[in-house]
Amino acid sequence: MKILFFAGARDVVGYDDLVADLPPTTARGLLEYLCGEFPALAPYAPSLRVAVNGTYASWDDPIANDDEVAIIPPVAGG
Amino acid sequence: MITLTEEPITVEPLLGHVSRPSAGGIALFVGVVRDHADGRAVTLLEYQAYRPMAISEMERIARAVTTDEVTVAVAHRIGPLRVGDIAVICAASAPHRPEAFSACRTLIDEIKAHVPIWKREHGPEGAYWVGWRDARCEDEH
Repeated sequence: MKILFFAGARDVVGYDDLVADLPPTTARGLLEYLCGEFPALAPYAPSLRVAVNGTYASWDDPIANDDEVAIIPPVAGG
Repeated sequence: MITLTEEPITVEPLLGHVSRPSAGGIALFVGVVRDHADGRAVTLLEYQAYRPMAISEMERIARAVTTDEVTVAVAHRIGPLRVGDIAVICAASAPHRPEAFSACRTLIDEIKAHVPIWKREHGPEGAYWVGWRDARCEDEH
């Protein structure tokens, strides 16, 4: 799956995006995995949302290997 | 009418889009880069978007406030913006002003809450992403 990072999450992870080959998981499972891979991201986890293929996901929503996933920090448009 | 662009945005195209013979009121919200935030000087705001999702979220929000009588338009600018630059414009037309004001207010409130756009404030004290520092939690065991 392709994982996109934005704004502050991009800064702490150090990647704009990356490709991960993971077994099927959920939005919650993916965020837990990423916080393990990138411990600097973990303190922000409660504020992060996950989008799957361009739509906000619920924590139990499934994520498959061909999905595009985005890690969404607190938004600040306007 | 949803626009997400790195170019300057102006109110006229949005006003033209929402104008109707039946619409006696048009409410307009214009969000402008200001020179301070929380007591700090701001010289530049750098906007970043998850572009396809930002557009689809703005479309979803616009659809939700559109009715037979209410027409809306939204434009958001991204990239580096200076003090005084327009960052966002929301326009809503309706037969009477209460519905126009209400739709315009809902548009900007929902955009600020849900659309994946971020801004990095630049000032004499450095640069940081708005809302990111507050998003950090200390580990609780």
